[in-house]
Amino acid sequence: MSAENTVISIKKLRKEFKLPHQKISSVKGLFTNIFALGGNQYESQVALRDINIDIKEGEFFGIVGRNGSGKSTLLKIIAGIYNPTKGSVKINGRLVPFIELGVGFNPELTGRENVYLNGAMLGFARTEIKSKYDKIVEFAELERFMDQKLKNYSSGMQVRLAFACATILAESDILLIDEVLAVGDADFQRKCFNYFKKLKKEKKTIVFVSHDMNAVREYCDRAVLIEDSRIIKQGKVAEVASAYTKMFMKENENSSTEDKIRKKRWGNNDLKIEKVLVTPSSVKQRDKKIKIEASFKVNKTTRNPVFGFVVKNAAGTNMLGTNTKLWGIDTGAFEEGKTKTVTWTFDNMLNDGDYTIDVAAHDSESAQEYDWWEDAVGFSVFREIHADYVVEPTFTTDIRH
Amino acid sequence: MSKYRYASILLKELVITDFKLRYQNSFLGYLWSVLKPLFLFAILYIVFIKFLRVDFGVKNSGNYLLLATVIWGFFAEGTGLCIGSIVGKGDLLRKISFPRYVVVLSSVASAAINLFLNMLVVSVFLVVGGIDFDLRILWIIPLFIELLVLVLGLGFVLSAAFVKLRDISYLWDVVLQALFYLTPILYSVSILPAYAQKILMMNPLAQIMQDLRYVLVSTESPTIGTVYGNDLYRLIPIAGVVILLVVAALYFRASSKNFAEEV
Repeated sequence: MSAENTVISIKKLRKEFKLPHQKISSVKGLFTNIFALGGNQYESQVALRDINIDIKEGEFFGIVGRNGSGKSTLLKIIAGIYNPTKGSVKINGRLVPFIELGVGFNPELTGRENVYLNGAMLGFARTEIKSKYDKIVEFAELERFMDQKLKNYSSGMQVRLAFACATILAESDILLIDEVLAVGDADFQRKCFNYFKKLKKEKKTIVFVSHDMNAVREYCDRAVLIEDSRIIKQGKVAEVASAYTKMFMKENENSSTEDKIRKKRWGNNDLKIEKVLVTPSSVKQRDKKIKIEASFKVNKTTRNPVFGFVVKNAAGTNMLGTNTKLWGIDTGAFEEGKTKTVTWTFDNMLNDGDYTIDVAAHDSESAQEYDWWEDAVGFSVFREIHADYVVEPTFTTDIRH
Repeated sequence: MSKYRYASILLKELVITDFKLRYQNSFLGYLWSVLKPLFLFAILYIVFIKFLRVDFGVKNSGNYLLLATVIWGFFAEGTGLCIGSIVGKGDLLRKISFPRYVVVLSSVASAAINLFLNMLVVSVFLVVGGIDFDLRILWIIPLFIELLVLVLGLGFVLSAAFVKLRDISYLWDVVLQALFYLTPILYSVSILPAYAQKILMMNPLAQIMQDLRYVLVSTESPTIGTVYGNDLYRLIPIAGVVILLVVAALYFRASSKNFAEEV
């Protein structure tokens, strides 16, 4: 450990959750438990193991991982909500556990009352909040609604108020932010981004948890990738990002195991997808053509089957796709025993991120799926500059003087 | 920021919120804090004093009864609020780290505010009924502190145990019912045989109630001192209450580490 100011130091952290075989929540259960001599009634589930992280002052530190990887548990331990089973967590400085926006908000109270309540949760006395109250209301753009009950607010208004409280009040050295971007509309997300930029400029120490690699890439100096309760990669964001992508890729390769196929693939196999190839699998510039090649083995003669694909982003949103029926293409006869290949090409207009492709074949009436393969293959787009847009078609910009 | 400052800010805000929420959507609002014991008292007065003619052996039977019902009301409400307090705030516990004992303190504080309002009503009756004001009245301060400590101690134990064992609340309902009769509220201590009086007065709630009656209503009221013939016996239930609080606080602190995971 260097002499630089380490504000969060996590050493050999381990967290286990006790899962009772049968939750004893009645006296009867307690008695039978007492008499079932000795036997350990708990099963331990390890949520985090061997975690070592040092976060320096002024760092924007990302914790990346998929759902259930343990990243949120780690954040909760840093925030002091959970206690570590083993190991230590040392915090230097004042920490606002910003785990969620609007902590303590009560729908039965007015907007004004909720500001004070939320402020108290963050550790501010009434007098301190009073001096900042107007700023909060102005930031939230809710001047006319502050004396209405929170339950009468739209969800967007509630988020605005919560975010305003957090922004104006949270003047601490260390901030913990968990997936804040997952909520709210585009306008609100923009505000969040601006807020993060401001925090970064002010050199605050921030621990940011997300499953969205793009957001992490945009803001974080360093990051850690957590998968299956362990640290897989720690270091520069670019390295962590590529490890994250590789993890997804590897999973796609591994998906030849029976179990995974069954979950992500279905159909009667009259036409069976043998192989899906995407070239290139890593796109460095925009505009490059992407080619998807799918080869099908025909197990039963069919006429005019429909072939299609969907490209999804890491969050599972359908980004683009097509099928032969949509374009009125008669695909012709497919005789038993043959292998056929379907190829699609398109100009890439996707911005940076990791994408997966579903490929499918079904009958012309869309009544019977021959083979539907989710996440059959994946590709990534890397770009030097991150843009806040999911797609970017070719633009022409004309400036007249 | 010191953690005690944070705790006090939080405590204040939780109590204010609780008070605001309690009488929301009710027409008479805070007045109910005063009206409820008044009605309750009216019923008890009619049933026990006028109809059943219960004799407490003192001049002001009405006030004697009123004071006890108000004290009991605080005890039942305070412990009742505490039991579910930690589980009720589960959502908050999972989101933010704050001193957990504040939740229990705020429940006791809410009940104590109610007790204070009720005592205002009681004091009106006491003045009307004729009370000799002298320095003796200062005894109510340590007595109310003892009562608060008792409720707080039980609150810590019950709220922490309730996280692990949900039928604590049903169990406590039964215990409350038993305690109601193990405390001289509707009857006079003097109707019991001497040995039973001695056992009864070891109940801290009985000791507090009789002492308060002695100080506020009538010096004819038997206390733990008169039952045992020695005022020093009072120290036994007091010590019991203090020990309860210490043990309860330790138990609460040990179990509070896992509240966020268990609630």
